[in-house]
Amino acid sequence: MSLDKEDVEKIAHLARLAINEDDIPEYSRELSKILDLVAQMNAVDTSNIEPMAHPQENSQRLREDKITELNQRDAIQANAPQVERGLYLVPKVIE
Amino acid sequence: MHNKTIAELSTGLKDKQFSSEELTRHFLDRVKRLDHKLNCFITLTEDVALEQAKRSDKILQNGDAHPLTGIPVAQKDIFCTKNIKTSCGSKMLDNFYSPYDATVIEKMSDAGAVLLGKTNMDEFAMGSSNETSFYGPVKNPWDLHTVPGGSSGGSAAAVAARIAPAATGTDTGGSIRQPAALCGVTGLKPTYGRVSRYGMIAFASSLDQAGPLTQSAEDAAIILSAMAGFDTRDSTSTDIAVPDYTSTLANNISGLKIGIPKEYFSNALESGVQSAVQDALKEYEKLGAKLIDIELPNSGLSVPTYYVVAPAECSSNLSRFDGVRYGYRCDNPANLEDLYKRSRGEGFGQEVKRRIMIGTYALSAGYYDAYYLKAQRLRRLISNDFSAAFKKVDVIMGPTTPTTAFKIGEKTNDPITMYLSDVYTIAVNLAGLPGISIPAGFSDNKPVGLQLIGNYFEEAKILNAAHQYQLVTNWHRQIPDAFS
Repeated sequence: MSLDKEDVEKIAHLARLAINEDDIPEYSRELSKILDLVAQMNAVDTSNIEPMAHPQENSQRLREDKITELNQRDAIQANAPQVERGLYLVPKVIE
Repeated sequence: MHNKTIAELSTGLKDKQFSSEELTRHFLDRVKRLDHKLNCFITLTEDVALEQAKRSDKILQNGDAHPLTGIPVAQKDIFCTKNIKTSCGSKMLDNFYSPYDATVIEKMSDAGAVLLGKTNMDEFAMGSSNETSFYGPVKNPWDLHTVPGGSSGGSAAAVAARIAPAATGTDTGGSIRQPAALCGVTGLKPTYGRVSRYGMIAFASSLDQAGPLTQSAEDAAIILSAMAGFDTRDSTSTDIAVPDYTSTLANNISGLKIGIPKEYFSNALESGVQSAVQDALKEYEKLGAKLIDIELPNSGLSVPTYYVVAPAECSSNLSRFDGVRYGYRCDNPANLEDLYKRSRGEGFGQEVKRRIMIGTYALSAGYYDAYYLKAQRLRRLISNDFSAAFKKVDVIMGPTTPTTAFKIGEKTNDPITMYLSDVYTIAVNLAGLPGISIPAGFSDNKPVGLQLIGNYFEEAKILNAAHQYQLVTNWHRQIPDAFS
């Protein structure tokens, strides 16, 4: 399996990662090598095997519909790069 | 004081040979004097430590102390600590001060443990050498030119150098056991679901599990008894009572059936590691255990399977780092997409970006079945191998790693070779089983680890077997000369 420049750019876009143009050949080489490693999976026929998502296949627990968390907006927003009046600020989205 | 285990320090505290404050100052002083050689700590929490030590001294005076009361413990910087920097080894979280404590932190603090500091680690726990940390590599105290292993490298090296009596780690593919092996300490990965993941920064949620790195199996039992337990805040936490793991350590292991998987003794295994492991197995025979050959036929597929499952879950988990709510934000974003892309591109290191991209690819439209679903089917086969083996044996033993500690820089340009250093540990995470690595001698003056794998929720059994070995050997008592 080999990923070319275009593949790497597409994946980086899907992952919302800015990568340097100069690093693309290295990414394409390394990601291709990892996919070659991963391709060893194809050696085994798994058509009748049930996928295992999780070590303990319990169903998701439900909790009571009750408020358990206190409002800690200020404490939580203390970590934000930019806030104003309790709102997170980002560059303008709607023209 | 630093060459004593938690069990011994706890006795010293109760007998008033020294106070927790004295003990804590002793370790703070050791970190300050010695850690510049190792780089184990990202944050030393001196003020918190001394405050907790004084609190512990009062509890000790009243006489109702837990075995951990007053003992300084280093916490991996993946556990959220309230109002203390929690970086996860990343530039992305270099400015992150958690608003809450992880359950592990809370439980250990409730037991009276003293928070010594936050330890260095591979960025977001992605690495096997501690070289992907934003804060620089950690050195192995046995040979400063070699890696301590990873991702819990700072924790393992800190315990090995006795600049912390014990530490915590997390293990997604071997990140507790592999550094424990390379640094000559004891490292336990509990059953998936045994220890709460709440407040533990997520890497691959179906594999991640926290556990202790200690000088002995007895200490691991003490810490696990405090760390483990059901937690409603972790949706995959298991509601099974936590035994006192120290109460079964003394059990006789005569008649214990030990499975030896032939796949773990292939050509990839370094001869020095092989002979140390064989010697350890002979010790077990002397203790009355029986060695039984077993097969784990699909174990060869665990590395490829892992490198789909873990990156896929990581790409999903790490999508939360968006430069908006917390963490690193790039300068002067032109628009929202530029903000996302550059904050993530600049905030994450190379290995993390590599894994996010592999995971994104494996989960992208048209590839999901071929990669993620295929990997989940193989995961079932790998897990079934263990279930079949545990019908015949009580525990499984083999090497923790194929080699001893490798040179810093030796594998950084070759991710695949790096990934293979976890070849014996990864399958255990895929199956969700408990595993422990204990010191089992040296090869070329570097520590070798013996791995014990148990059935689900049978931590007590592997701790018992590990402790019995440590009663008749002293590998776990060795300290590197420069730190003795």
